[in-house]
Amino acid sequence: MTATDTAPTATDTRFRADHLALLESHAIFVLREVASESERPVLLFSGGKDSAVLLHLAVKAFRPGRFPFPVLHIDTGHNFPEVLAFRDARVAELGEELLVARVQDSIDRGRVADPGPGRSRNRLQAVTLLDAITEHRFDAAIGGARRDEDKARAKERVLSFRDTFGQWDPKRQRPELWRLYQGRVLPGEHVRAFPLSDWTELDVWRYIEREGIELPSIYFSHRRPVLERDGMLLAVSEWVQPSPAETVEVASVRFRTVGDATCTGAVRSEARTVEAVIAEIAASRTSERGATRADDRFSESAMEDRKREGYF
Amino acid sequence: MAPLATPGASSPSETTSADLLRFAAIGSVDDGKSTLIGRLLLDTRQLFDDQLEAVAAASRRRGGPALDLSFVTDGLRAEREQGITIDVAYRYAATMTRKFIIADCPGHVQYTANMATGASTADLALVVVDVTTGLREQARRHACIAALLGVDQMVVAANKMDLVAWRAGPYERVRAEMETLARRLGIGACTVVPVSALHGDNVVVPSSAAADYYDGPTVLEALESARAGSWSAAQGAHAGTAARLPVQWVLRTGTGRAYAGIVDGGPLRVGDPVVVLPAGLATTVTAVRTYDGPIAEAPVGISVSVELADDLDVGRGDMIAAEQDPPQVTGDLEATVCWFGATPLCSGDRFRVKHTTRVGPARVVEVRSRLDVHDLSLAPASELADNEIGVIRLATGTRLAVDPYRANRVTGSLVLIDEATHATVGACMVGPPSIGPLGLAG
Repeated sequence: MTATDTAPTATDTRFRADHLALLESHAIFVLREVASESERPVLLFSGGKDSAVLLHLAVKAFRPGRFPFPVLHIDTGHNFPEVLAFRDARVAELGEELLVARVQDSIDRGRVADPGPGRSRNRLQAVTLLDAITEHRFDAAIGGARRDEDKARAKERVLSFRDTFGQWDPKRQRPELWRLYQGRVLPGEHVRAFPLSDWTELDVWRYIEREGIELPSIYFSHRRPVLERDGMLLAVSEWVQPSPAETVEVASVRFRTVGDATCTGAVRSEARTVEAVIAEIAASRTSERGATRADDRFSESAMEDRKREGYF
Repeated sequence: MAPLATPGASSPSETTSADLLRFAAIGSVDDGKSTLIGRLLLDTRQLFDDQLEAVAAASRRRGGPALDLSFVTDGLRAEREQGITIDVAYRYAATMTRKFIIADCPGHVQYTANMATGASTADLALVVVDVTTGLREQARRHACIAALLGVDQMVVAANKMDLVAWRAGPYERVRAEMETLARRLGIGACTVVPVSALHGDNVVVPSSAAADYYDGPTVLEALESARAGSWSAAQGAHAGTAARLPVQWVLRTGTGRAYAGIVDGGPLRVGDPVVVLPAGLATTVTAVRTYDGPIAEAPVGISVSVELADDLDVGRGDMIAAEQDPPQVTGDLEATVCWFGATPLCSGDRFRVKHTTRVGPARVVEVRSRLDVHDLSLAPASELADNEIGVIRLATGTRLAVDPYRANRVTGSLVLIDEATHATVGACMVGPPSIGPLGLAG
């Protein structure tokens, strides 16, 4: 029964208010509200599919004008080269301003401890992000998080308040009625804005298909050396090297999410097109984060704890 | 106030989507709401193996049944520890015919603001009632708040039928109770389904256990056939409004300016005569566009930009409305308020208000009455405490283009913002409480 509604085609649905059109319109609405009501908004861009969709929606919301905010990448230093290439090409093509805040700089300045070579820097990103927000005095950070990703995210508002420490307090969220999004904050506070809140993984892929949105090549099946660790398939890289007990194989894989390369798992796949990926996801029995994020696999509160600390 | 029934106002139902239903799941603590949502997600195969494994692991740790479906929806640490729901959790499901956005709402009175958050955009309320206890206080209160917020369809899961051996009596008692409540609340469509969320009977999979006295739909079938896309439209039998476009953003095009926002009330077409409010300037729509190109008509709920025949001063916070049926422009409102502030709401209190895309100062001229959600009566009052609902008169420092809430949820709603903290402390609906077939007198 899952997700088999009739696939819309580009021509007959644009003016039919089907569910993708409504999700798109709502996301554009949120982007325009945040851009209007916040003094210094910023759009967070990871190079992943959700942020590629966000950029596409920003184009629809603000062209022929320029974006009313810069684009910020929190760089863990553990990147897939394909994703960095995609980031730079996409931002250059749009002619928008790109800011990069590096976790390595936070480590060098002693803000966070280096977890060591090959260890995930995922959690450290929160500090780098909050420092960038403070430095640039951003009062709104727009991100591509979705409520279907995790049970803590499922509880979060579209505009989610952060105190002067960057903390999310799930027991004290602002009421958020109708479409009256309210992002006013005091100096030092900010909101996170999530225009894709009500989108599911499948909605994102259907939208990518409908709109012809370009993605980093690692989202599609390719052959690369991988090793299995903690039940996940990790790409062999500068930061992920086999221990004596681990064996490297060359496999056909794709990624369902893009994050710190040390904790982002691949899935075995032959899907080389968006259409093939959608077919695989519709039949998948594993959630997006369960399949591919080592950091969420150990505790039922992992995401809630990271969010309290200021994570995306 | 503008008249409630406006001749000639177009119905948005032809242009809103039928394949997206937003509903709020409500009910008293322990009636099995979380289990019902878990069951709905499980049996429509929305849950992935790793999520099921996490639920099974949580069930084992707490020594309950092998697969306690209530753990599917309770997300926060405090919620799991206390076994309650504190805030709305949003869930998603899709079937062959529809996508569902489920706002799983908390039950306790102190979390009314969160419940209202979930219900404010709902097309329908899914109410879970334990047949062994019947309708209880919390669920009654929630159904009342949902109705007040404009929800005019209800599907009731008469739950735990397995505990009463599927006898007709307990089901009929709940059905009678809920149909009476629906009538009093002015909820036109009310379907009461006998279910066992624990065993999955009549939620997604039909059950023959109640065949002797029930031949209606399963919960899922009722949700699939409900009217969708109505949240921003008029309530029930009330007439809606014609097109309204609150201006969000001004796009500078090569040839001039285009005014961007979401159209509500009714579709906006090229050639339509319109007025720009609050100024009251008359003009005509010369173009309607999305980013992808020009269209002849902007459907309800869709982000568009429009161009106007005359070069007028139009900016964010202004409203472009159909000339035939414009909203009322006023700085003096009667409104029903749900108050969420830590200290009581009193006359003289000052706020910032946000109405559509316009933000400005406002003052409470008078607190008039308090709504008793038990008997739906209004009693004179001079202040409202946290989580209370009442009627106030509000003076706004900027004139607003408003419709009665029951005619248009978008142009009839505003929020009160604390001037010191910027927190959202109240939710206002223009007009007296719109509960019951005719509403209550203010």
